[in-house]
Amino acid sequence: MSAKYNVDDKGMYGRFGGAWVPEMLQPNVDNLKKVYLDIINSEEFQKEYVALLKDYVGRPSPLYYAKRLSEVYGTNIYLKREDLNHTGAHKINNSLGQILLAKKMGKNRIIAETGAGQHGVATATACALMGMKCVVYMGALDIERQAPNVARMKMLGAEVVAAESGNQTLKDATNEALRDWICNPEDTFYIIGSVVGPHPYPDMVARFQSIISKEIKDQLKEKTGNELPDYVIACVGGGSNASGTFYHFLDDESVKLVAVEASGLGVDSGETAATIALGDIGIIHGSKTYLIQDEDGQIIEPYSISAGLDYPGIGPQHAHLRDTNRAIFLDATDQEALDCALELTRLEGIIPALESAHALVALKKLKFTKDNTVVLTVSGRGDKDMSTYMDRFNL
Amino acid sequence: MNRIKQLFKEKKDILSIYYTAGYPNLEDTVPILETLEASGADLVELGIPFSDPLADGPTIQHSGETALKNGMSLKVLFEQLKDVRSKVNIPIILMGYINTVHKYGIEDFAKKCKEVGVDGVILPDLPFQEYLDNYKDTFDENGVSNIFLITPQTPEERIKLIDEKTNGFIYMVSSAAVTGAKKGLSEAQLAYFERVNKLNLQNPALIGFGIGDHDSYMETCKYADGAIIGSAFVKLIGQAKDLHGEIRTFIQTVKG
Repeated sequence: MSAKYNVDDKGMYGRFGGAWVPEMLQPNVDNLKKVYLDIINSEEFQKEYVALLKDYVGRPSPLYYAKRLSEVYGTNIYLKREDLNHTGAHKINNSLGQILLAKKMGKNRIIAETGAGQHGVATATACALMGMKCVVYMGALDIERQAPNVARMKMLGAEVVAAESGNQTLKDATNEALRDWICNPEDTFYIIGSVVGPHPYPDMVARFQSIISKEIKDQLKEKTGNELPDYVIACVGGGSNASGTFYHFLDDESVKLVAVEASGLGVDSGETAATIALGDIGIIHGSKTYLIQDEDGQIIEPYSISAGLDYPGIGPQHAHLRDTNRAIFLDATDQEALDCALELTRLEGIIPALESAHALVALKKLKFTKDNTVVLTVSGRGDKDMSTYMDRFNL
Repeated sequence: MNRIKQLFKEKKDILSIYYTAGYPNLEDTVPILETLEASGADLVELGIPFSDPLADGPTIQHSGETALKNGMSLKVLFEQLKDVRSKVNIPIILMGYINTVHKYGIEDFAKKCKEVGVDGVILPDLPFQEYLDNYKDTFDENGVSNIFLITPQTPEERIKLIDEKTNGFIYMVSSAAVTGAKKGLSEAQLAYFERVNKLNLQNPALIGFGIGDHDSYMETCKYADGAIIGSAFVKLIGQAKDLHGEIRTFIQTVKG
């Protein structure tokens, strides 16, 4: 993997990334930086991790040729089915990787932040599997909105702690998790759920999610004889499933990388999570990247119908992919995502998560030829979004 | 000689007080500063409120949220401090998170500090190497000191490097914690203070986090050039019925 689009030895992606953390967090971050590559690249780790992905998560996830969807868009569309993973989304790939790393580092207490609850559920699942103590921070407002996932985490044995500060959503839960880590540097490992946070998190999470693009290459080769598609498409909030989808294609410049942000009620509506579209640079949760802020540098609470995409920042690698024009960034409104969710459901019998529905909107915004090969990652399944779908589709 | 250097040269057992600008009310910033000086505080750290203060406990978080609701911003703060040097002589340090300063613009921020008479800044989430590479020259040109934090986990060579490259003082965080978390000093903390003392740093050091009354102030003064009180003071001003009277009593009681 070349350094052109990947992290350099200072933890930077071009002018983005780094580890902007207070001194109280510095030793934790330094320690992780020192050991993570050696551990995750070791034969012993890989053996254990790959076995879990296969037998516990159910990988490889299928690469499915969506025939009826392809007919509608006049091209060849393959869906990477991360929705079929255990726990219902790509998040488990990362949680299992990090928990194995935590174990090797001798940690016995796991903390995590969660917005919609998908990363919280994946981490609580991994903790139950490994017999580790698990504390999940979740905004008080999100706890109210996501009752089924809160119940899942509790059933799995996790303690769910309400973040009462700020707007009581994902960014506040992340602040609380970081505070916990400051106060418990010795025994605690912080499993971040996306390609955000201080270096080495963005790189580490991207590596754990990179299995997605590795499998896409193998599966495409088998199905079409060519491992390189013309387009790969994924939704992006923090950006972990997009990172995983892009990872092994970064240096294959013929492959167009397409990321779709959530623009909520519209990019300029004030109710949006379209970080790149708004394009302001700052520092959030230890990383320099694009973020949504006011003229005083206060972080603005984002909005999207999809709880997994309403993060006010974006992974630093994505910021760099935008700067270098390596990736195309599109945005999708709530309504566009809903329309595409229904379309996929009716054409293919697949109910996608609202996050993944944003990726589908790219199919309407790009022009394909009938010979193109398009791969789109369905990052999660729609079970968790049924109340929204019931409400919006009058079911 | 700048005001920070002067202070440490002339006085011992420095008492530094942290509070959030624009709290409890927007216009309280400068009056509190005046009362602090009149009551015997030696140095003041003025907090710039931020939406995501990840190194702060509930007390300072709450004060920041209130200050933002009151309409505080860096722009407003510099406006409030415009004539502060005609009223107050003790050193003033601004403490805040890097994002607000980054957004304001480093050059403009440093110049404005110089213009109104701010002597130093503490930006806990500015990485030290980043400071050396991209910030130090700008602050130096404007005569503004950068103060960095060290903790019990900070390696010796890093402490020495921070000491070598900065002027002002070293901010010794007493334990692994967010602000306002713990009270009292443990054996391990005392050992850490003594370890740092033995390094014979060129800069003076102040101890902060978990100090809130006369006893903890006196105790920490044995191990450093003084102490910083933050959360306990912020709590006081948030609850005070007679704001300035209670500040006077608090400072006098702490100093004893």
